[in-house]
Amino acid sequence: MTEMSPASSVGTSLQRLDGPAKVLGRAAYAFEQPLENAAYLHPLQATIARGTITRIDSTAAEATEGVIAVLTHRNASRLDDTEDRELAICQGADVAFRGELIGGVVAETQEIARHAASLVEIDYEEQPHDTRLEREDGEVYTPDSVNPTYDTDTDIGDVFAAIGEADVLVDETYKTPMEHNNPLEPHTSVAVWRPGGEGPTLTVYDSTQSVHGVRAVLARVFGLDTQVRVVSPYVGGGFGSKGRPHAHNVLAVLAAQLAGGRPVKLAVTRQQMFAVTGYRTPTISRLRLAADADGRLTALCHDAVEQTSRIKEFAEQTATCSRMMYAAPNRRTTHRLAALDVPVPSWMRAPGEAPGMYALESAVDELAHACGLDPIELRMRNEPDVDPESGKPWSGRHLVECLRTGAERFGWDARAGAGTRREGSWLVGLGVAASTYPAYTMPGSVAEIGYRDGRYAVRIGAADIGTGTWTALSQIAADALERPMEEIDLSIGDTDLPYATVEGGSSGIASWGSTVVAAARAFRDEHGKDPDQGAVTRAEMPEHPDRADYAAHSFGAVFVEARVHVDTREVRIPRMLGVFSAGRIVNPRTARSQLIGGMTFGLSMALFEESVLDHRFGHVVNHDLAQYHVPAHADIGDIEATWLDHPDEHANALGAKGIGEIGIVGTPAAVANAVHNATGIRVRDLPITPDKLLA
Amino acid sequence: MRPFELVTAEDPNQAVALLSEHPDASYLGGGTNLVDHLRLGVATPTLVVDVRRLPLGEVERSEDGGLRIGATVPNADLAAHPVVRRDYPMLSRALLAGASGQIRNAATTAGNLLQRTRCAYFQDVTTPCNKREPGSGCSAVGGYTRYHAIFGASESCLAVHPSDMAVALAALDATVVVLGPAGERRIPVVDLHRLPGDEPDRDTVLAHGDLITAVELPAPSGAKSTYRKVRDRASFAFALVSVAASLDVEGGTVREARIAFGGVAHKPWRAHLAEDALAGVALDPDDPEAQEQAFLDAADAELAQASPVGGAAGDFTEGNEFKVGLLRNTLVSVLRELSAADSGAESEGTRR
Repeated sequence: MTEMSPASSVGTSLQRLDGPAKVLGRAAYAFEQPLENAAYLHPLQATIARGTITRIDSTAAEATEGVIAVLTHRNASRLDDTEDRELAICQGADVAFRGELIGGVVAETQEIARHAASLVEIDYEEQPHDTRLEREDGEVYTPDSVNPTYDTDTDIGDVFAAIGEADVLVDETYKTPMEHNNPLEPHTSVAVWRPGGEGPTLTVYDSTQSVHGVRAVLARVFGLDTQVRVVSPYVGGGFGSKGRPHAHNVLAVLAAQLAGGRPVKLAVTRQQMFAVTGYRTPTISRLRLAADADGRLTALCHDAVEQTSRIKEFAEQTATCSRMMYAAPNRRTTHRLAALDVPVPSWMRAPGEAPGMYALESAVDELAHACGLDPIELRMRNEPDVDPESGKPWSGRHLVECLRTGAERFGWDARAGAGTRREGSWLVGLGVAASTYPAYTMPGSVAEIGYRDGRYAVRIGAADIGTGTWTALSQIAADALERPMEEIDLSIGDTDLPYATVEGGSSGIASWGSTVVAAARAFRDEHGKDPDQGAVTRAEMPEHPDRADYAAHSFGAVFVEARVHVDTREVRIPRMLGVFSAGRIVNPRTARSQLIGGMTFGLSMALFEESVLDHRFGHVVNHDLAQYHVPAHADIGDIEATWLDHPDEHANALGAKGIGEIGIVGTPAAVANAVHNATGIRVRDLPITPDKLLA
Repeated sequence: MRPFELVTAEDPNQAVALLSEHPDASYLGGGTNLVDHLRLGVATPTLVVDVRRLPLGEVERSEDGGLRIGATVPNADLAAHPVVRRDYPMLSRALLAGASGQIRNAATTAGNLLQRTRCAYFQDVTTPCNKREPGSGCSAVGGYTRYHAIFGASESCLAVHPSDMAVALAALDATVVVLGPAGERRIPVVDLHRLPGDEPDRDTVLAHGDLITAVELPAPSGAKSTYRKVRDRASFAFALVSVAASLDVEGGTVREARIAFGGVAHKPWRAHLAEDALAGVALDPDDPEAQEQAFLDAADAELAQASPVGGAAGDFTEGNEFKVGLLRNTLVSVLRELSAADSGAESEGTRR
């Protein structure tokens, strides 16, 4: 792909190909698939945090007109594989967390199903539960590895000796709360069992970031093989919560087994999402930064504590960013988990990096303050020539260029001392933080290219969760085939298409794009520039020869202006700027959308988002969008995202490093640092709400 | 959602008669609150009487120079009404501080007043709540109380009334016109909503079947007024605290102050003690410290009545003690704004 054709589509701001269908309401999302005779499912959820179901009386529900079936552990089919206990629902009477799916009602309408579900009486024998991460007994454990496959701990040099000899030491603890992915489209799943010659077949219409991932998991759980098809043409956001199947998928399939062959549609409610579709673990990060008097780091120590569910481990990589960001000779990182009676945590946009970099980049700002240095200068003094962890050269870092470019554009030189700038009733401050995210590519994707009647069919089971995959992959295919966009017919979102990896870890375009490029080359090699009717070629994602020799990450710098009202301590963010180094940008329009979306997400994490877990009951109290705040339009002022033009030839064949997550990562610390600059108050416990700034 | 029958009322007396005959019936206004509660199973009427078509959609001058606002006037229309904007800016600002544009288009004047008090536990049928199920207990006690009362709460309920509009109406000495089975009567807005006491299931003094047909405002006072709402995001959020205030200053002396608080009680909280403390106070722009002290004294006179909920640091029950300081700062800020020569300069504090 490095030899781009002059008339290339990649790099142009093409409008979303799927835009008109979405705006006109013609894009059929999973739940809207036109299926005849569909029935509707409403889940039953446990109302205790730990214990056993002792009685279920579903007579009133079953007697309700329009009810087709009531699913509970008494009549659910036995799953073939119950090792993943998040998914092994309705297999027994045990309850592992409040809100766990313990059954459901299938009815002629959604309203009947919901009403009948409220008529099911369930008794429990409760056991004591424990949902507190902040523990007096310190009962935590060390996981074998952290997401996805990183070492749990690292220890290089002698951190504690360096800390003991430091001229300047920052030793602070930063906390982020439990947070929930809230894509606009809640999770939906439609299950259809059909009789087949070799046993029944299962089709699932699902809102997912990975049709092949859902297919593989459901096939395993239900002991099926090739008889499972998953379809997901459009997805209204996921942010990681649709990266892997959750219990609701299993519930829909189990319920459909009781529906006599009718399709069963499930739309998880917003409230239910707070229990069953994943969330970001709360994190407690202790940062110790030791430096000499010039602000050069001598030690960097990041100890993270998180929670997981007692029934399933998810160990977030909170501290891995501290392994590679700065050139400290002595570095130590640890991850510890508390296993609690809580819903199962999972991926939420930049799991690990988002909370971890809030902690690290806040601490770096504190160190700059302690050293009397500008925080940009401090970062430049600690810029590593090579990846400090692996010793490998960077595939392309450019963090200093991001910082310098941003400082110039943002007017960083107007930054005053902490708590010294006031305009009217507002305290004004500027803040900066660095951003980073690994340049993942995931092996295994396959693309198929076929030719007929002057058109090229490009087939790959990828996903578009609103990010622009439809458009960007079509652009990549057009260039790789050296044909205009109009001749490309892309198909994604169906397991009848060749295997594709998850749209997660900001890896989608790099992985699928490289695969499409490989398939296009193979197609031309096989069929030439003038292919026969029906010519078809497949190719798998190639291994990039440089990949093992370079440390490949995206980087960025986020600049924020914060205004804090002198009396009410309300925080407003009138200006944000992100400058990113993310390799080749395939489509500037959709890229900008993703980057400012990520920055908005980061602002939201800084100022608003907090799932309040009521430890008496074990549930999230503020489980709707009236109480769990995400930004309104009025919260976002002038927001700008830009990027350096540095295609990363060492990262992958496409030179693109992924943009889904880099926008969020640096933003929370940039906001917190700007609030500190405005007020002199350092908030080390997100979100930064007015009460935390009241004198 | 429990199945229910939906009837559209043609005239007010018919609506009142329908409800009076059905103990399980509810009026439906804009539906911005009731429909949520139907879905959540919080409200389970068997009959819903739609009153949006009643001929109560006018805003008219009354004979005494005041304004009569029909019960079905949408919040958005009322906020934009030229007379409201000119003569009752506090009311217009309060309306615009509430909810979102879409909700204000749907919500009605009477429905806004009669929305239920808010509490996360009230809206969740899996947790005990005395308001939803009398005698079952109050989950907010010992629970999440960030959006809960600091004035006039009881052991059985800590919920707050969420309306912004009602706070302004309380400060404006507005009156509601109520049609009941026995005919029409008038109730001051400040007396419409109740404190929870040991009957938290009753949000207002209205009896079943009572229908609000209008809200009447007295003639405008001409005093400077505003509405300031402090919340956890810039728009579309319930108040942590809010202040409706007007300051009538004559010859450098406060003739009358009218102050009401929102987000802090089971009802719009008219701050009579703060008003009394301000009455007769001389405001000397050349002595800003004395002026600031007078405002602080007024705030503290009211806040001496506050009984916020404490909490354990670091736990989810952080309580709401911060609202005392926040409300003090907000009231002082508002009074400073109203007493300033060019008031309005700081109205960015309620930027939407």
